Amino acid sequence: MIRLRKLARAASVLTTPLAPEDVLALFNPVFSARQLRGVVTKVVPETADSATIFFHPGRGWKAHKAGQWARIGVELDGVRHWRSYSLSAPAGQDPAITVSDVGAVSGVLVRQTKPGDVLFLAPPQGDFVLPEHPRPLLMLTAGSGITPVMSMVRTLVPHRPDADVVLIHSARTPQDSIFHEELSELADQFPNFRVTHWYTGERGRLDFGSTTQLEELCPDWRQRAAYACGPEEFLDDAEALWSSEAAAHEKAAPGPFAADPINLIIERFNTSLVGGAGHDGGLVTFETSDREVEADGNTPLLDVGEDAGVLMPSGCRMGICHSCLLPLRAGQVRDLRTGEVHGEPGQLIQTCVSAAAGPVNLEI
Amino acid sequence: MTAISDRTAAKSTSINGEAAKHRPGALASSGSPLVRPPAAAHLSDEQVAEMGRELDAIRDDILAKRGASDAAYIRRVIKIQRGLEISGRAALLMGRNKGAWVAGTTLLSLAKILENMEIGHNILHGQWDWMRDPDIHSTTWEWDFVTPARSWQHTHNDLHHRWTNVVGRDNDVGYNLLRMDADQPWKPHNLGNPLYNAILAPIFEWGIAIYDLELADYQEGKKSKEAMKRDLKALGIKAIKQFTKDYAATPAVAMLTGSGKQALYGTLTANAVRNVWAHAVIFCGHFPEGADTFTEEMVEGETRGDWYVRQMIGSANISGSKFMHLMTGNLSHQIEHHLFPDLPSNRYAEVAPKVQEICKRYGLPYTTGPLLKQVGSSWAKVFKLALPGKKS
Repeated sequence: MIRLRKLARAASVLTTPLAPEDVLALFNPVFSARQLRGVVTKVVPETADSATIFFHPGRGWKAHKAGQWARIGVELDGVRHWRSYSLSAPAGQDPAITVSDVGAVSGVLVRQTKPGDVLFLAPPQGDFVLPEHPRPLLMLTAGSGITPVMSMVRTLVPHRPDADVVLIHSARTPQDSIFHEELSELADQFPNFRVTHWYTGERGRLDFGSTTQLEELCPDWRQRAAYACGPEEFLDDAEALWSSEAAAHEKAAPGPFAADPINLIIERFNTSLVGGAGHDGGLVTFETSDREVEADGNTPLLDVGEDAGVLMPSGCRMGICHSCLLPLRAGQVRDLRTGEVHGEPGQLIQTCVSAAAGPVNLEI
Repeated sequence: MTAISDRTAAKSTSINGEAAKHRPGALASSGSPLVRPPAAAHLSDEQVAEMGRELDAIRDDILAKRGASDAAYIRRVIKIQRGLEISGRAALLMGRNKGAWVAGTTLLSLAKILENMEIGHNILHGQWDWMRDPDIHSTTWEWDFVTPARSWQHTHNDLHHRWTNVVGRDNDVGYNLLRMDADQPWKPHNLGNPLYNAILAPIFEWGIAIYDLELADYQEGKKSKEAMKRDLKALGIKAIKQFTKDYAATPAVAMLTGSGKQALYGTLTANAVRNVWAHAVIFCGHFPEGADTFTEEMVEGETRGDWYVRQMIGSANISGSKFMHLMTGNLSHQIEHHLFPDLPSNRYAEVAPKVQEICKRYGLPYTTGPLLKQVGSSWAKVFKLALPGKKS
């Protein structure tokens, strides 16, 4: 590896200002280490509107832990879009994402991806991972919330005879239930893995308002380390139930000698802030500089930043030279020339002709 | 990222200072400048504003259409360029063979021209930033040209494109070396105008590298010592790399086949060919007969429409084949490029007839001509302005 790097350095004398890998990328697109890419190896349809995409990552990827997610970049009409997806493959194997068609990007992934396609990648991350020491587990999932948990189940159940896992998975109907067959097979094969399929189409939503249903499905739920992943409301309700139980537990058995704390680890899909799309401006946060300013919808972010004493890069101040580009962290901006409201996390925006459209976070 | 930001920030405050304050965001959509340029003096404020809206609509139309086919275009050009570069250099390694030398030098010249013009110049303008591909982006691209991309972006994108042809503001009017406008006061050393220009052409990339240091600004105290040091260091590193690649590493490898000397002649020739070509194309942009220059009163209070007017009557196109447009980096569509510097270059040809029609309708000049005629015209100016005299 070190020798390779030396060789690359020597070769760059001939390729500057390009790196040798830029030239090699002519022959193999995965070769660039500056931009991590993966080649799709297999696409497996799961339900009518979801699919699992297996890929072989290039140099720079690090092996994922069960339950982690990765950012995936896809090009839509020539423009790179990034979204985060949980990895559904077990730890130790080539990664795979399971995607439900719920938006423009996931739609393209589900409908149009084929083996040989190149995906842009960022290394896996996330703390929604299995406990370090073996513990009985309870998994609560709803809809596509099953994906990170599937990775955990696949990692744990077939390989650890001491595993003790209960999974309660909500889906609208059996047809909508991702991994339905595989989960049933695993449950048949391994007695230490129990699955309850909860179909909301037949039985309504799982009720976290009281402990009754939970008690019924998993009587020893208090003794289990619990994991939940699913839509916002589902997680809010589960979180409320667990915290009220934890409070009651603390009251009954206070002090450091209490049994394992009753806790719930949750994974939310929508963790990034989403700004409003109004024309009224909003709170602008300059993250690195640690400044916050209320801005109207007509003042360029460049002026807002300068007035707040932020060291803003600038150039022509009329939208032609691109010297003022800054990465957007959250929220949306309005192009003062066209009125178009746009922006997604990571996008570089021209601050001299962009105003806040709702709350905006900038990386400076 | 931070390094770049800090640097540009420091520069723009020191150079543009208060002038910058006049322009918050987009330019005003109505009103008028202190003085309207003579070629546009017949237009009313309302007409200029209306014309501005028409040009905005042309831009919006391209923004709406821009997509996968444009992305495929630039990637194809990059791929072709890299292919030419590798094969050219490989052929030069066997430069003892006359055929290999001619092929290698030709391919490498073409590669360098494509890299600087259709690829480098346009990426550095941010024409492809919309793809959000970090490998084809104005903030990350570095080119096969001595001047560091970031320095050039400042003098070119920020200063030249903003102050296009405003004498005293846009140093591209003569590059502090030549007298290219009758309003620039004549001095005896201007007699050397044609000589300087002839020397500049084959070493154009070094001329631009020195120009981008903004030595005059430094002498006048407008550029700080720190900024100067930083720029000199960046240029030094870049120049060493460029020099080593073409004049040491390539010949050294070629020595394996006993073609060291021939390879050196090949890279020298390719760089010179590219320099002469780039110099010619760039001089056709604003110097031929018909392209106007402006005074500072003409930009005071300039509206969006007036800004468009200045770009159109201050620039000149080159007419020719598709291949010629490609090899000029579509700077043959200089007028369209100055109107919309950040639209992808492959779209200028489509925009050109619409712009020409607008010029005709509003009675504005639209200067264009074949390459040789435009080169001749700009050289004529170089000769004419070597001698004292005001505008004819």
